[in-house]
Amino acid sequence: MNNLITVSLNVNGVREEVSIRPWRTLLEVLRENLALTGTKRSCGEGQCGACTVLIDGNAVNSCLYLAVEADGKEIQTIEGPVEGDPALEKIQQSFVAKGAIQCGFCTPGMVIATKSLLSENPKPSEDDIRNALVGHLCRCTGYVQIVEAIQDAASQLEHEQGG
Amino acid sequence: MPPVNSNMNRAADMHEDLRNEYDIIGQPTPKKDGALKARGRAEYADDISMPGMLHGKLLRSPHPHAKILHIDTSRAAALPGVRAVITGADFPGIQYGNLPQTRDYLPLAVDVVRYIGEEVAAVAAIDEDTAEEAIELLVVEYEPLPTVFDPEEAMTSGAPLLHSAAPNNISAQTAFQFGDVDEAFSSADHVRADEFDTQPVKQGMLEPHACVGQWESSGKVTLWACKMSPYVVWRQLAMGLGLELADVRIVQTFVGGGFSGGKQEAMPMDFCAVMLSKKTGRPVKLVHTMEEVMIIGHMRHPMKIWLRTGTDKDGRILVQHCKLIANGGAYSSIGGFSMYLAGAMLNIPYRIPNLKFEAYRVYTNNGFCGALRGHTNTQICFARDSQIELIAADLGIDPLEIRHRNSLQPGEETANGFRIGTFAFDECIERVAEISDWRGKRGKLPKYRGIGFGCGSHISGARLMGHSASAADIRMREDGTVQLSTGSTDVGQGADTVLSMIAAEVLGIEVDDVRFAKVDTDQTPVDPGTFGSRVTFFTGNAVKRAAEDARRQLAEIAAEHMEVSPDDLQFRRGEIINRLDNSQRVPLKDIVRRGAFSLGRLVAAHGEYAAGDEMVDFKTGYGNLSPAYNPSACAIEVEIDPETGQVTVVGFWGADDSGFPLNPLAVKGQVIGATVMSMGQALYENLIRIDGEVMNPSFRDYKMPLATDMPKLSSFQHSNVITWEPEGPFGAKEAGQGAGTGVIAAIANAIYDATGVRLTSLPMSPESILRGIRRLQEEEKVLG
Repeated sequence: MNNLITVSLNVNGVREEVSIRPWRTLLEVLRENLALTGTKRSCGEGQCGACTVLIDGNAVNSCLYLAVEADGKEIQTIEGPVEGDPALEKIQQSFVAKGAIQCGFCTPGMVIATKSLLSENPKPSEDDIRNALVGHLCRCTGYVQIVEAIQDAASQLEHEQGG
Repeated sequence: MPPVNSNMNRAADMHEDLRNEYDIIGQPTPKKDGALKARGRAEYADDISMPGMLHGKLLRSPHPHAKILHIDTSRAAALPGVRAVITGADFPGIQYGNLPQTRDYLPLAVDVVRYIGEEVAAVAAIDEDTAEEAIELLVVEYEPLPTVFDPEEAMTSGAPLLHSAAPNNISAQTAFQFGDVDEAFSSADHVRADEFDTQPVKQGMLEPHACVGQWESSGKVTLWACKMSPYVVWRQLAMGLGLELADVRIVQTFVGGGFSGGKQEAMPMDFCAVMLSKKTGRPVKLVHTMEEVMIIGHMRHPMKIWLRTGTDKDGRILVQHCKLIANGGAYSSIGGFSMYLAGAMLNIPYRIPNLKFEAYRVYTNNGFCGALRGHTNTQICFARDSQIELIAADLGIDPLEIRHRNSLQPGEETANGFRIGTFAFDECIERVAEISDWRGKRGKLPKYRGIGFGCGSHISGARLMGHSASAADIRMREDGTVQLSTGSTDVGQGADTVLSMIAAEVLGIEVDDVRFAKVDTDQTPVDPGTFGSRVTFFTGNAVKRAAEDARRQLAEIAAEHMEVSPDDLQFRRGEIINRLDNSQRVPLKDIVRRGAFSLGRLVAAHGEYAAGDEMVDFKTGYGNLSPAYNPSACAIEVEIDPETGQVTVVGFWGADDSGFPLNPLAVKGQVIGATVMSMGQALYENLIRIDGEVMNPSFRDYKMPLATDMPKLSSFQHSNVITWEPEGPFGAKEAGQGAGTGVIAAIANAIYDATGVRLTSLPMSPESILRGIRRLQEEEKVLG
């Protein structure tokens, strides 16, 4: 195949070199080249948030982000770093405990969005949480238990950090 | 069915105490697969990759109605990387479908296409980009045919006919009558007729349909797919391919939301995945884009509903006559049942002694309709609970009082033969009144703020014409864990967890000790699948009986070993204990091992539930559809911006009688999820079609509720009125659909309370509210 371009990605702390066609999105490269299928393909146009990953700490719709643009950047997906990420794990636990997960298809994006929110705003109000989720669709839960999970994660993380 | 005690509901909430009797049942229990999903490790159909796997794409009709004159596949087939191209001619031409009388689907169109988006051809290529390119190289010569999009127009003689076997484009028709309708209308003190319109609404699940097909050289066909009812797909795939059932295997993957629709049936993509595999000798994956999901059929039936109701002067309903016309689209799906159900659901939760129902489902050149959470109950409840408020206003009766006067009571039998068991409807109404402060708010809120009430009711599974019963298998493993197999699927609603809880409670083990199997038609018990709020009730009963069978077998082995009577043995916390002497106890796993190692007795247990041998006569509409019925009520408070017509839902308070909630955490998620989905239909969602073309085939333009559209947590409450349904497993009834059914009317009634504008057409858009406000203002001016 011609038109291949080599891109160097730092995904979950692992350096990956991929040879891809330049129009491939980060979502496609994560799922197809790196077998990181936790990031979900849903609407494909940046409306639902299921494909959200962190790029240099910012939540981004990976379906709208060309993989070449991520060259040299730090990417975190739902699978998380091999060495573990206590904040991510706490958020995941809260989602499970509070019933925020039904079909689970929006969950990776919601969890990543939560990580982004709480790293910027460790004590979000209910409105802050809802506003952070505005780019994320969930058809199962009606959002209530997701908001409760994020509140729970925020208070647990704050409690831990506050000693 | 056991005789029903009318005191049944009065014991409501005393059943709270029952929670203490159980170790597992009634405890809020996190979803078993939650951790896997939270970490992104759950494998959905699109996550599957197989060696040599090809990628398929579908070509869709750009015409709403046309003859296919010729398909030229040569350029597509010649594209490097393309491995196969198929058309309708590659299939045996057998029509398949849900109901025997309405089998009108083909895997790919042959000769005629009937809506924009219908599948015409498919390709398999080495990657998706190549497959997409190949689709563009297919050349189809069409001859456009006359079209019809409006169902009433489609019913007239001379309208273009979609299917030659369906005169006047009637795809399904239901009519039934109970009691003396004419006499009841003539003796009524008050008669009111209203017309309601509902819109097409999509399932809106986040996971697009996806599958991988494999046709082995041995002739065995396997489909991995995100299906809610894999055995329905199994039968339909075999039917449409002309294969023996034994040659077809469906393997269920994780399901990323279903809400009925394409995940309930075999779809063209499923047929094409396996046929392309046959042609190429490789597994083939197909995944719909979200645009495809929006364009193809599968949505809630848009309906025009005429509802005429006669009451006495006190608002007691004497008679109801409902006529409806549903825009069915180009194919039937489950639509025949959808029509029956709409009429059946008129019988609950209010007492309608005389009832006439006529429904026509009409073929048009639009995407086809079928089931969606709440099915056709949703439209009916919108119409009926809007009208009951109008009747109350006509007669000067309090909106809650008129509901109480007409509420069905436990032990009653409805006109169409529903036998009402537990039914705490009055309690639900009062619970909502209390938690919403209804009496403090109604009529007392500031201008442009209002509160409305809405009620509904739903079934706990249905007795269908075909397959209704469920079965469960339990195998004990030597580590004391359990392999639980059913044919029901977890689609996010929590079947994996609640069914495991039932088995764990009976066997005295932990929920984590139960391995819940996904459906594999080569392995699991055959089952109708997940729909109609049937899984907890039907499959739950089967699981309970299977677990009791396993317990009996284990007790026999243990009794011999412990030299006690099996009747004296108790199963708790992984141990088998002599009730008469607590010191005599054996780990459960030791007994499993003893049975297997020393006696050759492998504990394999079975349970089934068939809901009795009652049948519904779908011709007359008479019969007890479900073993249990769940009433619900809600109050919704809205604020209207008079400048823009924008509605903000500021409060929701709901109550339903789900029997005894087995997993309160999941019940909460179900009722809130159903509620919010109905809010979407009430206020935002509408699949806009012009001449059969979907104008908003994306989540950008098809507006589903967002987190910011919800009331604050403190004003978003749901309460279970707890009853004990004797027929349900551990007293449970349905929870996933009924709670959403009253929501749309509650919003309509709230908008009316806030503005004086009565909306009878969905969605209740800002434009329609503004128009209504302006009209009222002009009327005021005229009146001076």
